[in-house]
Amino acid sequence: MQSTLTARTDQPVKSGRKFTLRQDLTGYIFLLPWLIGFVVFTLGPILASLYLSFTNYDLMTMPEWVGIFNYNRLLTRDARFAQSMSVTFTFVVTSVPLQLIVALGIALVLNRGIRGLPWYRALFYLPSLLGGSVAIAILWRQVFGNDGLLNQILLIFGIEGQSWIGSPDTALSTLIVLRVWQFGSPMVIFLAGLKQVPQSLYEAANIDGANSVQQFFKITLPLITPIFFFNLVLQMISAFQAFTPAYIISDGTGAPADSTLFYSLYIYIQGFRYFRMGYAAAMAWIMLIVIVFFTILNFGLSRFWVFYGDED
Amino acid sequence: MTVQRNRSLSLIPKRWPIHLMLILATVIMLYPLLWMVSSSLKPETEIFESSGLIPSQLTFSNYVNGWTALQTPFTRFYINSFIIVIVSVIGNVLTSSLTGYAFARLEFRFKRIWFSLMLMTLMLPFHVTLVPRYIMFNELDWINTFLPLVVPSFMATQAFFVFLNVQFIRGIPRDLDEAAAVDGANKWDIFRRIIFPLSMPALITTAIFSFIWTWNDFLSQLLYLNKTELLTVPLALRQFVSAMDQSSFGQLFAMSTLAQIPILLFFVFGQKYIVEGIATTGFKG
Repeated sequence: MQSTLTARTDQPVKSGRKFTLRQDLTGYIFLLPWLIGFVVFTLGPILASLYLSFTNYDLMTMPEWVGIFNYNRLLTRDARFAQSMSVTFTFVVTSVPLQLIVALGIALVLNRGIRGLPWYRALFYLPSLLGGSVAIAILWRQVFGNDGLLNQILLIFGIEGQSWIGSPDTALSTLIVLRVWQFGSPMVIFLAGLKQVPQSLYEAANIDGANSVQQFFKITLPLITPIFFFNLVLQMISAFQAFTPAYIISDGTGAPADSTLFYSLYIYIQGFRYFRMGYAAAMAWIMLIVIVFFTILNFGLSRFWVFYGDED
Repeated sequence: MTVQRNRSLSLIPKRWPIHLMLILATVIMLYPLLWMVSSSLKPETEIFESSGLIPSQLTFSNYVNGWTALQTPFTRFYINSFIIVIVSVIGNVLTSSLTGYAFARLEFRFKRIWFSLMLMTLMLPFHVTLVPRYIMFNELDWINTFLPLVVPSFMATQAFFVFLNVQFIRGIPRDLDEAAAVDGANKWDIFRRIIFPLSMPALITTAIFSFIWTWNDFLSQLLYLNKTELLTVPLALRQFVSAMDQSSFGQLFAMSTLAQIPILLFFVFGQKYIVEGIATTGFKG
């Protein structure tokens, strides 16, 4: 379970390069659909967007080489770009830790041999399946709207609500809540990880007289740090790319006052509303660099807190 | 033996606070969903008057009126969504399995490099391919067709599914392949007669996730489809929400509720495969 990300290499490593032509041919025939897809839909487009990021291109006329103009403008003169960066960072650094803590907390409770575990697990997981859809974003708009569900409930307690979606101070928070609401998928991964912790360790700890708090900090927590790390990497990458809820809540504008102008939304606006393809491509490459940077940073920092036991 | 935890004896009676807490958490979490469903069954005037779940009178008029609230009835949008979803599912299942077999079982030059590249695409933000893909499909004249949405799925472009199948196929005993090879089966026979049928659980997981993701997909449908007769359910909902006046919240809720039903069905009947899928590969849903 620890190393789900790096694939198992359980087949014997062939010594030297002893592949026959026939083997190569068979292998590549089976690989062909993926290989074509990889070149045409992934590798080609990545390189093409790198090229386009140095051009002006509006789909109508030929791309015009402008050097680093797009990058220069983005990083020094585009206030909305800075805003979209800040919105996205705020979103990632608040929603991901919150989501993971809730996921771990509930997983720990469920892991104590609770009766009805499959039911709880299923119900907690449900929002993760529905959460990214347009329908749920629409629901969110109504829940946090002016006369939405939240304000109706607040009114019971005599509190006069406001339009949470409509206020620049709170609009982003509603999207953070929406993401935390989808804690079910990391929770299921935590549960699978918790099951892997050998029961014998707890038994030994019991014999040594360790209480349950000590057991949590000395056994459970260190042993699930790889799972935590894995969830962290995945959720961060996916949070950076959030699009649908922000689009629906703000009618595709990032309103109010650009407070929900997610990075993805701004790329969409530049590329497909203003048809500034080169500009959008430059933004995409900046996003790629940011994500690669954070992933490497995550892996680098993991040496200090992720515990890779040698018990298996 | 003396220090056994006596779980079954002492803990269960003490557990009701935990259950109470969990049930409370479940209710809070699911309340917005229940509110959506109940609002869709309330008369329009009642929706924003109470946060309660029980309608004073049950009405299905929101469903009837919502279905035809846009110029084109939702029938068209559901047909479009289902076409895209079903074709994508077929493509994903077939080619992820084929690719999974190549990576898990066959030996060929540069396999490791391709495999690492495939794993890297798992982490690739979609932004970097967005613009060039659009330009390419535009050049091909595929805008306002379903092709940009379904063709990539026939080329195993979803690395998650490939990875899932690789992991699963690695778990199938090699003896079976070898026995078949002794009987003169070639690689294609082995794939078709042994690996493909035996990896059914992984294929079902692939199909379910591929259904749910394609059904929920919004951005690519937004980019490639903008004629009314081509709109899908999410796109139609978006139109609904932006063209809406104050009096049609009930209808909006009704259509939003309906849009979740296919996913709910998979959720109810595909539980096992969904949970196993995330737990064995460790990826999100």
